[in-house]
Amino acid sequence: MTHAPQRTPGHGEGRTRDRGPASPSVRGRLPGLRRSGRRPLVLALLVAAFAMALATLVPGVANAEGERLVGTLQTSRSGPIEGVEVTVETAAGDEVDSVETDEDGRFAIDLPGAGQYTVSVDAEALPEGVSLGSGETRDVTVGAGRSQPVNFGLVDSEGGGGGGTVRAVQLLVDGLRFGLLIAICAVGLSLIFGTTGLTNFAHGELVTIGAVVAWFINVRGGVPLIAATAIALVIGALVGALNELALWRPLRRRGTGLVAALVVSIGLSLLLRYVVQIFYGGSSNPYGDYQSQRAVDYGVFTLTNRSLVSIVISVVVLVLVAVMLQRTKIGKAMRAVSDNRDLAASSGIDVNRVILVVWMMGGALATLGGVLLGLSDQVQWDMGFRLLLLMFAGVTLGGLGTAYGALVGSVIVGVFVQMSTLVIPNDMKYVGGLLLLIIILVIRPQGILGSRARIG
Amino acid sequence: MSEILDALAIAGKAAFGFQAIFFALLAIGINVHFGYTGLLNFGQIAFAMLGGFGIAVSVSQWGLPFGVGVLVGLAAAVVLALLLGLPTLRLRADYLAIVTIATAEGLRLVFRSVSATPVTGGTRGLSAFNAGFIDLSPWDPQGRHRILGTTWSGGELWVTLVGWVLVILTSLLVWQLMRSPWGRVVKAIREDEDAVRALGKNVYAYKIQSLVLGGVFGALGGMVYAVSTGSVNPDQYQNANTFLAYAALILGGAARVLGPVIGSMILLFVLQFADTLLRALIANGVIPEALLTSTDVAQIRFVLVGVGLMLLLVFRPQGIFGDRREVMLDAR
Repeated sequence: MTHAPQRTPGHGEGRTRDRGPASPSVRGRLPGLRRSGRRPLVLALLVAAFAMALATLVPGVANAEGERLVGTLQTSRSGPIEGVEVTVETAAGDEVDSVETDEDGRFAIDLPGAGQYTVSVDAEALPEGVSLGSGETRDVTVGAGRSQPVNFGLVDSEGGGGGGTVRAVQLLVDGLRFGLLIAICAVGLSLIFGTTGLTNFAHGELVTIGAVVAWFINVRGGVPLIAATAIALVIGALVGALNELALWRPLRRRGTGLVAALVVSIGLSLLLRYVVQIFYGGSSNPYGDYQSQRAVDYGVFTLTNRSLVSIVISVVVLVLVAVMLQRTKIGKAMRAVSDNRDLAASSGIDVNRVILVVWMMGGALATLGGVLLGLSDQVQWDMGFRLLLLMFAGVTLGGLGTAYGALVGSVIVGVFVQMSTLVIPNDMKYVGGLLLLIIILVIRPQGILGSRARIG
Repeated sequence: MSEILDALAIAGKAAFGFQAIFFALLAIGINVHFGYTGLLNFGQIAFAMLGGFGIAVSVSQWGLPFGVGVLVGLAAAVVLALLLGLPTLRLRADYLAIVTIATAEGLRLVFRSVSATPVTGGTRGLSAFNAGFIDLSPWDPQGRHRILGTTWSGGELWVTLVGWVLVILTSLLVWQLMRSPWGRVVKAIREDEDAVRALGKNVYAYKIQSLVLGGVFGALGGMVYAVSTGSVNPDQYQNANTFLAYAALILGGAARVLGPVIGSMILLFVLQFADTLLRALIANGVIPEALLTSTDVAQIRFVLVGVGLMLLLVFRPQGIFGDRREVMLDAR
């Protein structure tokens, strides 16, 4: 795909909108035009802010009355660990209470008040193949009225675990799951880039908002996760549409430059990320369903059922997206617009409508990716932003602006990130993905499926 | 009423304090990159982190003198700029943007990782490395000094003084450079890279020089921050700080020598004022706890910056002092 026209200023396009599709291009920076865009934009921003507030369902403040300690004992391979004794002592050494973890591996201990406590776990009672990452005890400080999470950092010991798991195969499968998840999120990013030229740094927030909305509906609203996800998908699509209608379309109409649009998207990303943090809080929480699953042994690797379903859903959705792009009218229109916007417009395609559909699809896909990510790694306020960098890596690897490139690139990045833990420590695995990105740019900047023309 | 006066005094101190210097230096660097050369460096905080850790690691881990630590930090920033620039500066602007933001986040993850803990202190960070600098203070480091209703310790005054001298020196340097032939070429690259290439200039080399120069300014900012807080921690160097610096730059006016300096003073003043006032209002019950708790106030500053950044770019991309024609940038 060539994108030479996008080197003209103005993210998206000013030239096709009010002057009939085929009219010769005059840049839309006439003063009158600029003014006309101003008021609706302010209004639209207000509406956007209000809708965001609604979308997060206005949760209550932290609900815990007294002080308590909470935590979960589980690892990815063992699943939740039941019946392990957890003991809490005050700083002076008096025992406060001791409980056993429930069937979901959770424990919660009510405390007499704020202060310093020592939490210990009975290492003997842990199942085989699971060990404590660092020590049996944790010193925690509990603030007044806080429900303080305690993390014991359980690890699956090397080479242990079900039967003949081969670590490389295990990582390959995990990497596939992760890569497909990145791909789901990144397809939207790439299509938005292709159709409007916008490098959208706020795309990660679409992922976060989707996951958080689904979390509120699921956990606070008590709706089963699948139904909650369906509702969240609709909201995600609406958030995507709102992005386009309230912000990016007016900006295109004003003739805002690509760089300015990029910085605006960063502003939007900051705004949304921290608004989410205010509403959702800084802690990470799991969804209400499908948490207590034990990994099923498939011979050379093990997989929880939710991971398996995640892979299946990802593949099905990505195939559907590909079929849509290849076969349907709107899909062909999308490819036409990202190939050459002016040519598409002059052959009668309503470019703005196509872009709107791309945004809605991007929003819904990002939501789905967010829910899948929340299912495997819990829901967090900055989960999308952290994924964004890997999405960029995937999209760049595949070739900026190409839908299939995003798919291939993301899967490779996902697998690479997981497999890299064979050589580098686990907490540095994202760094491997980022290194890959830089290496690609040196060797083949246009990506695997990209063409030379657009990198200039 | 007294809350507002208090908030004004605290905000006034913030406008001149080390954080304002930190953001001013970051923003001066970004001004060289973005304002004058048109490079989108979204990883400026990585340079600051290398500056801060350069001193901290050299002094407290390797036992080198303070001055050598400064040199180590600056050298690290130069190396990073070369590593970032060499592969990406031949490509379109947004490639540099993606790679720099990714590198900044990646470096922070490396610095806080378990494997790097023996050198960087991991998530605990490092401390006790600034004594060599604080000892040079002409004032008693522990003494209290009252200036216009705010209290400063002697050490604080000394760091702040040196910091502002640094800001003035770098501003002078930028001013002189941008009047020189080098500056004219760099600004021409921002306007039309192909035209500059047609004149026989090596655009790639100029871009790399600009990236190195701005990165070094960023490292200086990180050093001021590290020395005045007396400790470094990878998590202090979050990506969001880069965008605070961008907000400061665009607020003051990009491609203006004093734009980043004035911008960061105003930004810090506004943020600190909003922060203090909101906390006071919440404590007095003027704002109900159900709406906003005092723990949320820290996030409000980023929300404000996000909104401000968007509104500025949409309605006044030239900021306070800038020239609209100079900041209508386009990707290339």
